[in-house]
Amino acid sequence: MAFDSKDKARSYWRANLRLMAILLTIWFVVSFVAGVLFVDELNSIRIGGFKLGFWFAQQGSMLTFVVLIFVYVFRMNTIDRVHGVDEE
Amino acid sequence: MDIQTWTFILVGTTFALYIGIAIWTRAGSTSEFYVAGRGVHPIANGMATAADWMSAASFISMAGLISFLGYDGSVYLMGWTGGYVLLALGIAPYLRKFGKFTVPDFIGDRYYSTTARMVAVFCAIFVSFTYVAGQMRGVGVVFARFLEVDIDLGVMIGMGIVFFYAVLGGMKGITYTQVAQYCVLIFAYLVPAIFISILMTDQAVPQVGFGSELVSEPGVYLLDKLDGLSQELGFAEYTSGQKPTIDIFFITMALMVGTAGLPHVIIRFFTVPKVRDARISAGYALIFIALLYTTAPAVAAFARANMIGTINGEDSAGTEYKSAPSWIKNWEKTGLIQWEDKNGDGRMFYAGDDRNEMTINRDIIVLANPEIAQLPNWVIALVAAGGLAAALSTAAGLLLVISTSISHDMLKKSLRPNMTEKQELLAARIGAGVAVVAAGYLGMNPPGFVAQVVAFAFGLAAASFFPAIILGIFSKRMNREGAIAGMVSGIVFTAAYIIYFKFINPDANNTDHWLFGISPEGIGTLGMLLNFAVALTVQRFTKPAPQEIQDMVEDLRHPRGADSATHH
Repeated sequence: MAFDSKDKARSYWRANLRLMAILLTIWFVVSFVAGVLFVDELNSIRIGGFKLGFWFAQQGSMLTFVVLIFVYVFRMNTIDRVHGVDEE
Repeated sequence: MDIQTWTFILVGTTFALYIGIAIWTRAGSTSEFYVAGRGVHPIANGMATAADWMSAASFISMAGLISFLGYDGSVYLMGWTGGYVLLALGIAPYLRKFGKFTVPDFIGDRYYSTTARMVAVFCAIFVSFTYVAGQMRGVGVVFARFLEVDIDLGVMIGMGIVFFYAVLGGMKGITYTQVAQYCVLIFAYLVPAIFISILMTDQAVPQVGFGSELVSEPGVYLLDKLDGLSQELGFAEYTSGQKPTIDIFFITMALMVGTAGLPHVIIRFFTVPKVRDARISAGYALIFIALLYTTAPAVAAFARANMIGTINGEDSAGTEYKSAPSWIKNWEKTGLIQWEDKNGDGRMFYAGDDRNEMTINRDIIVLANPEIAQLPNWVIALVAAGGLAAALSTAAGLLLVISTSISHDMLKKSLRPNMTEKQELLAARIGAGVAVVAAGYLGMNPPGFVAQVVAFAFGLAAASFFPAIILGIFSKRMNREGAIAGMVSGIVFTAAYIIYFKFINPDANNTDHWLFGISPEGIGTLGMLLNFAVALTVQRFTKPAPQEIQDMVEDLRHPRGADSATHH
């Protein structure tokens, strides 16, 4: 058993799920909310030559996805270390 | 030098490189053949995953598709990248910790059932064959267009190359050729994109040029120009779509979830030394993919504005055919662009209504882009080498899934458990060889439905693998009965819906007849939800997974103790 106690294992898993929930909410918002469901509303806002909703659908969502994965990697490595289950 | 000579030189050099890598990376054990000995550096794995994932369709067709669909084309951009977030957070690290060789391995062990393993093997082989036929065809088409050889001969040359490094090197050979192929394909994609961006907007970064003002009309943004042209010419507005919102939503979700459930993508994460490497290599993979995917919509917009300008002329009166630029005449020979002088004025005109005189194949957006932008011949040849790299790398990844499904999942794990490692390795090599030949046959004699069944690959992956894997990790109690019932109902529902609208009653394939207005391309999302619902319901009324399985899941959930690399 890698964890000292059942409680430790549970708190590790809960920290993992919390991080996932936050990141997946952002994932959903930048693609499905900004790029699909409310795309027309956001299109009334302009940034340079882009309508905002269109920009999210064809650029912003993808750039955010990349950032999300790297945030996950760094946060998760910390969570591993704090709970003593990192790979030595 | 002319285009042909350049193409021969560049294609020849890259092919020699792939063969050289194959000889250098021969596989000596099943672990090397299946998962490259788990010794691949995360950045190398990121590049290999990107090349594995980006197919001939991504390279040649996607920008053209977006160019003609405008906003509606966003489903491919979001759908084919968003899945990597799901992979990185919910699948890749856990399956790497699991430490076996294939996706059916996980399904079979986690659900303690040969039936579940066989359902997974069937799906993996079906999905991979569907996909690989298109890749081999893509190789043939690139050869035919750039080197003017017969399509069949092109397919055979492609088969020969893949055969060499897939059979010899297995996953190890495939991984390092994919790294080289990624470099070739991304260079070939970005060079023309940067040139055309500078030409049209004076911006070297296409992603910025996409939202900039035009050099030819200062003060007018590219996208506004396109919206204006669309309205004038009777097309739908470029930056807003025609498809109903619900369909856009469901197609995007099906592509995302399907991506996260495709076996040839998932197994790439088995090749890295550690769990944390699996996480970060998903991040690298997405950077490498996003480099092409954020460039594609910019290329789409540049090429569309440029193409309409060239054909209709600055004053929108049509360009005289006699003075048409050479690329129109060059590509007319291939049938990708055609002009029919309907009103007899000797001028070409492109429109979305009955004024239209042009028939334009969307693939021309990428293939002719360097010529439209008047780039040197070597850049045009580079596009040929890039298209081949994209097609070959994806084909190799898929063929490996087929060969391991046969040698490992069907033979070693089910029918012939007493095989020695040497025999298994031989079986894997024979499996890869047979799969290459079968894929080549499908490439030369494409069943008429190849284009239609792409929806199948994503729909089935979304409706079968994704829920079974996610539940296997995030629900300890999920049992054999629930998982099998879920997979079978997801597959049957999704397949039946697609078969009905694509083959049995194609006339009814429109919004009026679709369930909740969801097209067959997006139905995998509903199939996935059905799979989850059935699995969770059946599990409530049957015995939960046995204790040792629940302990195994508990162990999957943290990185410590993952078996390390067998070879570095």
